[in-house]
Amino acid sequence: MATTRTTRTATVDANEAVAAVAYRLSEVAAIYPITPSSTMGELADEWAAKGQPNVFGSVPTVVEMQSEGGAAGAVHGALQAGSLAVTFTASQGLLLMIPTMYKLAGELTPFVMHVAARTLATHALSIFGDHSDVMAVRQTGFAMLCAATVQEAQDLACIAHLATLQCRVPFVHFFDGFRTSHEVRGITSLTDDDLRLLVDHDAIAAHRCRALTPDRPQLRGSAQNPDVFFQAREACQPFFDGVPAAVRTAMARFAAQTGRQYAPFAYHGAPNAERVVVVMGSAGETVRSAVDWLNARGEPVGLLQVRLYRPFDAAAFAAALPPSTTRIAVLDRTKEPGAPAEPLCLDVIAALRDQPQRPQIVGGRYGLSGKEFTPAMALAVFAMLADQPRHGFTVGIVDDVSGSSLAYDHEFELPHANRREAVFFGLGADGTVGANKNTIKILGDGTDLHTQGYFVYDSKKSGAVTVSHLRFGPEPFEAPYLIRAADFVACHQFGFLDRYDVLGHAKEGATLLLNAPFPPERVWDELPAEVQTAIRAKHLTVYTIDAAAVAKAAGVGNRINTIMQACHFALADLMPRDTAIAAIKQAIAKSYDKKGDEIVRRNGAAVDMALEHLFPVVVPAQSPPARPRAPTVAADAPDFVQRVTAAMLAGQGELLPCSAFPPDGTWPTDTARWEKRAIAATIPVWDAAICIQCNKCALMCPHAAIRAKVYPAELASATHELPATAWRGQEFADHHYTIQVAPDDCTGCGLCVQVCPAKDKQNPRHKAIDMTPVREVRDRERQRWAAFERLPEVDATRIPKLDVRGSQLLQPLFEFSGACAGCGETPYLKLLTQLFGDRLLIANATGCSSIYGGNLPTTPYAKNAAGRGPAWANSLFEDNAEFGLGMRLSVDALTARARHLLQLLAAELDGDALPASLLAPAARTAHWLGEQRQRVDLLRRRLADLPGAPARELDLLADYLVPKSVWLVGGDGWAFDIGYGGLDHVLSMPHDVNILVLDTEVYSNTGGQASKATPLGAAAKFAAKGKAVDKKDLGLMAIHYGHVFVASVAIGAQDAHTVRVLQQAEAHPGPSLVIAYSPCIAHGYDLVFGADQQKRAVQSGVWPLFHYDPAEAERGAPPLVVDVPGGRQSVAEYMRNEARFRVVEKLDPEGFKRYANGAQQAALRRIAIYEHIAKLRFPQTTAKAGADAPAKE
Amino acid sequence: MDLSVDFLGLRLPHPFVAGASPLADTVDRARQLADAGAAAIVLRSLFEEQIDQDALAHHRATTLHADSHGEAGSYHADTDGCVFGPDEYLAHLQRVKAAVPVPVLASLNGHTDGGWIDYARRLAEAGADALELNLYHVATDPVTTAAELEQRAIDIVYAVRSSVHIPVAVKLSPFYTSLPNFARRLCAAGADGLVLFNRFYEPDVDVEQLEVRTHLELSHSSELLLRLRWLAILSAQLPCSLAVTGGVHTAKDAIKAVMCGAHSVQLVSALLRSGHAVIDYLRAETANWLREHGYESLRQMRGSMDQSRAPDPDAFARGNYQKLLQTYRVE
Repeated sequence: MATTRTTRTATVDANEAVAAVAYRLSEVAAIYPITPSSTMGELADEWAAKGQPNVFGSVPTVVEMQSEGGAAGAVHGALQAGSLAVTFTASQGLLLMIPTMYKLAGELTPFVMHVAARTLATHALSIFGDHSDVMAVRQTGFAMLCAATVQEAQDLACIAHLATLQCRVPFVHFFDGFRTSHEVRGITSLTDDDLRLLVDHDAIAAHRCRALTPDRPQLRGSAQNPDVFFQAREACQPFFDGVPAAVRTAMARFAAQTGRQYAPFAYHGAPNAERVVVVMGSAGETVRSAVDWLNARGEPVGLLQVRLYRPFDAAAFAAALPPSTTRIAVLDRTKEPGAPAEPLCLDVIAALRDQPQRPQIVGGRYGLSGKEFTPAMALAVFAMLADQPRHGFTVGIVDDVSGSSLAYDHEFELPHANRREAVFFGLGADGTVGANKNTIKILGDGTDLHTQGYFVYDSKKSGAVTVSHLRFGPEPFEAPYLIRAADFVACHQFGFLDRYDVLGHAKEGATLLLNAPFPPERVWDELPAEVQTAIRAKHLTVYTIDAAAVAKAAGVGNRINTIMQACHFALADLMPRDTAIAAIKQAIAKSYDKKGDEIVRRNGAAVDMALEHLFPVVVPAQSPPARPRAPTVAADAPDFVQRVTAAMLAGQGELLPCSAFPPDGTWPTDTARWEKRAIAATIPVWDAAICIQCNKCALMCPHAAIRAKVYPAELASATHELPATAWRGQEFADHHYTIQVAPDDCTGCGLCVQVCPAKDKQNPRHKAIDMTPVREVRDRERQRWAAFERLPEVDATRIPKLDVRGSQLLQPLFEFSGACAGCGETPYLKLLTQLFGDRLLIANATGCSSIYGGNLPTTPYAKNAAGRGPAWANSLFEDNAEFGLGMRLSVDALTARARHLLQLLAAELDGDALPASLLAPAARTAHWLGEQRQRVDLLRRRLADLPGAPARELDLLADYLVPKSVWLVGGDGWAFDIGYGGLDHVLSMPHDVNILVLDTEVYSNTGGQASKATPLGAAAKFAAKGKAVDKKDLGLMAIHYGHVFVASVAIGAQDAHTVRVLQQAEAHPGPSLVIAYSPCIAHGYDLVFGADQQKRAVQSGVWPLFHYDPAEAERGAPPLVVDVPGGRQSVAEYMRNEARFRVVEKLDPEGFKRYANGAQQAALRRIAIYEHIAKLRFPQTTAKAGADAPAKE
Repeated sequence: MDLSVDFLGLRLPHPFVAGASPLADTVDRARQLADAGAAAIVLRSLFEEQIDQDALAHHRATTLHADSHGEAGSYHADTDGCVFGPDEYLAHLQRVKAAVPVPVLASLNGHTDGGWIDYARRLAEAGADALELNLYHVATDPVTTAAELEQRAIDIVYAVRSSVHIPVAVKLSPFYTSLPNFARRLCAAGADGLVLFNRFYEPDVDVEQLEVRTHLELSHSSELLLRLRWLAILSAQLPCSLAVTGGVHTAKDAIKAVMCGAHSVQLVSALLRSGHAVIDYLRAETANWLREHGYESLRQMRGSMDQSRAPDPDAFARGNYQKLLQTYRVE
């Protein structure tokens, strides 16, 4: 299909293309990670770390700030002081920059901010692309330039940098998040010489001359009064008026240099068009292809693509429209509730208000949160214009609430004769996406083919499903939408055939490649009936390979990527097979050259073996009836799960209408239990004879997939299939005990087995639980789990002590999340729900814990049999402490109201002791809580007989008489960095909030960027050579308040300490701060050893365990107790177990030694400080810390 | 007193060499060894398998989650500059070589055929004065025969020797059925010397935790006896250089080893236990002993008690065992 490439291109996504321009034209970059723009900052940091110069010959300084607000402040300062500065951001980050943006524009500061446009959080957060963020800054005075493609993103990035220097107005250059920022394309890249020739050095000199310097003292940022502010504000107007001309000049110079011509408004279509669609961003390319298709059929239609959105050059816009235009549809990728129209539409209306023959203008919405926008949808818009123009329409969804949506042909496909399209279903961990990116590069860099790669991910961090969409063609093309009818479909995990409509992506006569763990002759019989039917109906040619077996033989673990890639090349006929194999091997050698010869050798062997194990599957003319695909969720799932969740799980969420959804973002909890992902290859199986009933396995399981139950012996006969043993403990006499795994919810991390201390005395390799291939035991364990679930939960009031063993008999109300296998955060959350779950409110900062905690389709927070469980909400990343405080204030207010009403009604409640006992001080033991709930039930029954509004109101609020436990949960990025100001303020207050910091020492969710919690010497993004300073001692800072309960815990090192401290923190009648060591994939080791590594951290003193209880000071005792000071193991030994430190040792052995010594010293210093404080006895006073706090119930 | 020896064609002022260990892991420490008078320095073994395992572990840790979530293409800092291979060792070798005036020997434990040859060549190119091939291998496969293992070792020695132009010594373990035969074949394959013997990490059992613990105990003089026997036997039969490693702690130990045929004496435990001053001490004590006993030089003494010259050559052979048993009396 291809010939060798003769023109120079780069195969990159828009983030990389834009960053390459921005980096080379800047001297200072201040950034903060946020999806989907993080890559731009990361690349800039990488290049700076490698010493790559900009086009001026210097290496830009790249700094990571504590928030986007901080980044904006830093670039503001840098610009005022005369350098060329840049930043990258998106979404909420852009919002945090708004105050500074007004300043930058008001001060006429040449500057470009590159934005991967992303949805703003409203009823829910979304990481995907739309224009709601950039539309929120259109009033700041920034010029706004919008790119539609990867090539355009690079080019307009350059044009923005050129124009801003010319006109002094700062620019937002934006492009669609994910759709453009993450789309991999072959582009013609800008060389250093291009940039050097284009940049106006005189304009840079002028910028330097405006710099604040004591050599030419000036003042900016004055405060002005009504006498002059207005006039001074208007004085800048000519500069804004000059922006369009500056942009046109820059575009013209760019065209002269590169041959690529752009215009602020670009019209495409029939010169005599009557109907025109106005749009910004990648959707323009979709509309363009629809216009071409309609034009070819004689329909006079056109597209007006907006590139320069601010300042909106009304005259230029009007001039760009064909005079024949009678009807215009303006497509906005944002929703502005309450506005007469969305912003672009309003601009168009305003721009054409003085036109003598003003066309009819309607506006509509499309593509929110990255919703697909296809040619069929564009055709529907043109059809609507032709038929009956409707204002306020939507396209791409079924709006059965307001009736706004346009119907479109779901089956329509634009013809693309010479183009090949391929879709790959893979697992995140199997490397499918990486291999496909490689394929794009091989074809894009090595042949004349035009290429496109786009990758769709689900929201899970373990067992994540990826779908790769690849297009190749000899002619240039733009197709910013997913592939629906592919020539080649590969399913890299056989189990997906049961869960997703994989073949729905295949066109008639396509090739299907299966990775199947069966011999070729068995593959057909193993296929579900629906798949067999689709293969026959679409006349697919089917091939199979047991890639896992090949990978194992080649020694590449579960990375089947290069194996499947070789098969793809062999079957897809994109280039000669031998050339393709050589290219793959070359790519392997290039990718892994520095990773070691063995990795190159093994992957090369895997490629060679792949083709030997690739076989055709014979599709029989007739075959016995096959098994049908299992239903997505069990038949007994609740109605909402059946109607909504199941569709989302099956990848059919696109088809759900508006009416299916709660309008305010409220979502049911307790739905993860219905999502049976079955992603584990091995699961733990219990041997009752060896178990010592310590419950450590249940405690450490990140997914609540292995559980302990104690139950009356008489129930054993009803669950005969369950292995059981007599409970060893006096508190549950004549009870049985069972440990059971949920086989379809386990991720197979092995952490439970690793921490299991019970070994078979005859064969110590055999423990009380052993990892076992799931294929051998799945059916049996499913039956056992079902029986286990039928057993009643233990009566919490009968557990005498909530230690490790006792706590794990309680039902976890956080289960089966999508967190990483071996996640170090989730055991803490699970424990939290076991201890306080039925009265727990969680304010969750954005980050990993909000993604596995609240990312649809399912929710891991669960309910007990009484219907109680954690109530959970995520506000933002930066405001979580304040958000949680607000919850506390509200709970306190409602509690006070309930108590007031109870006192008011006391006389009417028969004068018995009930009100007094309900109002008595809380003990907060399980026993007391149980009794209080019974008293509340009794109260309700009494209230039912009482007339009047107070009784009704008390009935509504009565549950507040049972104390609520408010927890503020988040990662170190929140607590140490972006949310620290709020967290510090909340700590300074007396209110009873509990703060749990899940400290992974890095921004885990966005990909491992350094935070102030990152330890000395650890490599992280923005600290590639090792972090130069040690982590902030947040605990010590909080201790200084005196009234805050503070603790440092590591559940894998000392589980009993964690269980005890969480209860102490909750019981403290003021603010509590618990900082929890949380192993993370970003640390770079197999998390099955997470508990072992926690022990090393604690033993070495890197992570001392302590608790500071202000109540002890009241009693005259030292409030700080250093529970485990460390110092019993070298810090270097701890560090060498993690890739984040080892990589520094590999890069710079001497530097590593310095870091290791420094970390050792830091650990000793920290311990010395703690032990010093631990000896202090504070003077006793009558005033109690936190005395102003509301009384504990 | 002339203590000089020829070992692997290298003229050393005395036989005391710093053996393969962490003692020369930094340039400063290597310099301290040279300053303390070490006749030569053997660097810690370069383990090809260790490098591979390191690389694979790093690769797995840093790529397992790559490209699997929309919010992050990777979870680790760019590690392009992080090279897994012998480069770190080679750079260290070059730095040590530049820093010390004494010969520097590189020690290599290969894992693959290609690895032995490639790494040996690169060590030679990096300036090693000689190579010590550490034929460390614990045979656990019941299908593999002793002959196969020995032949593989001989093939490796032959291949390496054919690839480099510097002397090659082979560090052996004592566990061969016919060590003289194996040693002879190694020499025939090109080995310039033999180092007797490797000491291993010995697995121990934690009876409380039911776990296997591995650690390395420092040697004691009692371990020398095994080495004396084989030095004496091999010295009598082979023309190659011989070095003893393991069990030399006193001048008397060293003298015994040299008398049994050792050309050089590698020190590790003695240095770790007593510090670098032990080199000077051993030199002086050895010289004193030679003087006191009327020797002209160390060379005069070397091999004087090997099997070909010892008054009772059978003492090194099996008969001795029977004799001891017969004379042992139960109290």
